[in-house]
Amino acid sequence: MTQLDILTELQRNKVLESLGKGKRVSGRAFDEYRKIEVLTNVSENANGSARIRLGKTDVIAGTKFGIGEPYPDTPDEGSISVGAEMTPLASPLNEVGPPSPTEVELSRVVDRCIRESHCVDVSSLCLVPGEKVLSLFIDIYALNDDGNLLDASSMASLVALNQTRLPKVEDGKIMYGEYDGKMLALANQPLLITTIKASNTLLSDVDLGEEKAQFARFSFGSTEKGIITAFQKAGSGSFSAKELEQSIETGLKNAKSLRKTLKV
Amino acid sequence: MLVSVNGPREVLPKHQANPYRAIVRYTYRMAAFSVTERKNPRPGRREMEISKVSGEALERAIFLERFPNTAIDVFVEVLDSNAGTRIACLTAAAVAVADAGIPMRDLVTGITVGRSDGHHLVDLNKHEEDADDAVDMAVAFLPNSKEVVLLQMDGEISSEDYSKLMQAAMENIEKVYALQTKALKDSVEQKRPDVVEGMEQYLNTPPADHSSDAHPKGEPVSLKEKDPFSFGESDYSEAEEENTDAEHEAFDAGKE
Repeated sequence: MTQLDILTELQRNKVLESLGKGKRVSGRAFDEYRKIEVLTNVSENANGSARIRLGKTDVIAGTKFGIGEPYPDTPDEGSISVGAEMTPLASPLNEVGPPSPTEVELSRVVDRCIRESHCVDVSSLCLVPGEKVLSLFIDIYALNDDGNLLDASSMASLVALNQTRLPKVEDGKIMYGEYDGKMLALANQPLLITTIKASNTLLSDVDLGEEKAQFARFSFGSTEKGIITAFQKAGSGSFSAKELEQSIETGLKNAKSLRKTLKV
Repeated sequence: MLVSVNGPREVLPKHQANPYRAIVRYTYRMAAFSVTERKNPRPGRREMEISKVSGEALERAIFLERFPNTAIDVFVEVLDSNAGTRIACLTAAAVAVADAGIPMRDLVTGITVGRSDGHHLVDLNKHEEDADDAVDMAVAFLPNSKEVVLLQMDGEISSEDYSKLMQAAMENIEKVYALQTKALKDSVEQKRPDVVEGMEQYLNTPPADHSSDAHPKGEPVSLKEKDPFSFGESDYSEAEEENTDAEHEAFDAGKE
């Protein structure tokens, strides 16, 4: 075991001890989010970008367009793809190298939340049916990991999408640095909400210590109309059906107030 | 699909080992010819994610704390696909782990439920999954406690419809569970016809009242004497008491 593992083990014990007394180490309510700071247009080159600080968790997301070929089964639709990187500067536990399963999961869950809400009209990204389409890339970088990267990444992507300027396209080429004056239209505002179960308690917006003490994790994406767009359960523990319903109920309330904070 | 289980065995690379419990390494892969258009045989992000969540689902079912510093490797290969492969693989993997004689809390039983063309369906096929309004929800339970160990969904759905789908899933996993237990019984019958009689007898004996007995003798089972990997109840009583793992305390508290 490395020193870091021992450190997390101690953190974990502290969290569980505190939860056993019905309190979070931070003193927050079980369903309370940390202070959220939203910075927009943080990147000069991105079509849209946002940086979210959720307590000490710090995430940046940027959108870019590329030209690509459509998928054979959807010849008149552009594509969206989400990438996420947990950079080594975010945490001493992160390593350089190929993406870890956690990283892959992070990007895929945020992707699913956005994609399945159909917030971006992918047919509007089509240039030449069957030949050329615009691909929308959303890239997320974790700058500091103090827990709940999932929610922070989803918030950053959503704000970045709302800031996204459409590129100027001439002769099937993107004129980089020039914009056609229009913003990317969003049909709805999907947001991911994560609940963690530890010591038989359901917690919103966990910090790193609580994350290490997790028994199981449940995330769901929802739009402002309360439509659920994605589920993801992870962690080696389990939820009862009742706990899942509770998480969704609390999560929908939290999503509502988060949208106000994010101004989306 | 085909599933194989190896372990508990030595963890390589060594730094992955957990001194408190066994780790489960679940590898889900699809054969290049298993889908309509040839799939790049290099493992993709989808396979990585499915492997992660399926392995975590299995972890809940296995008594990992009995095999510290070891790995239980589960490999699944999808040979031909028509939707619902992650659930079929996980359901089969649970049977394979049990068949390997690894002590488990329960099996893991999965099912897909969803919506297609306005209908709520169980076990969607590829055609149904491709509907415009499709909702695809993969869910796996520990069938006896009805704990949810895997849950993934994509599609647009209201929370009322979600409750209905969850209900449908809970009702229908019994059928899958019956098939799993039958497969296990058949496997024992084939491999050890000599112990089947003892098993029948064991299963048909009502559980003894152990409340006043610290070290229950239990019914003699022929399996116990012949199989070096089976454990008597007294082998565990000490370990269970010493188990300070908060996750399990939490689970026990929830059950009471």
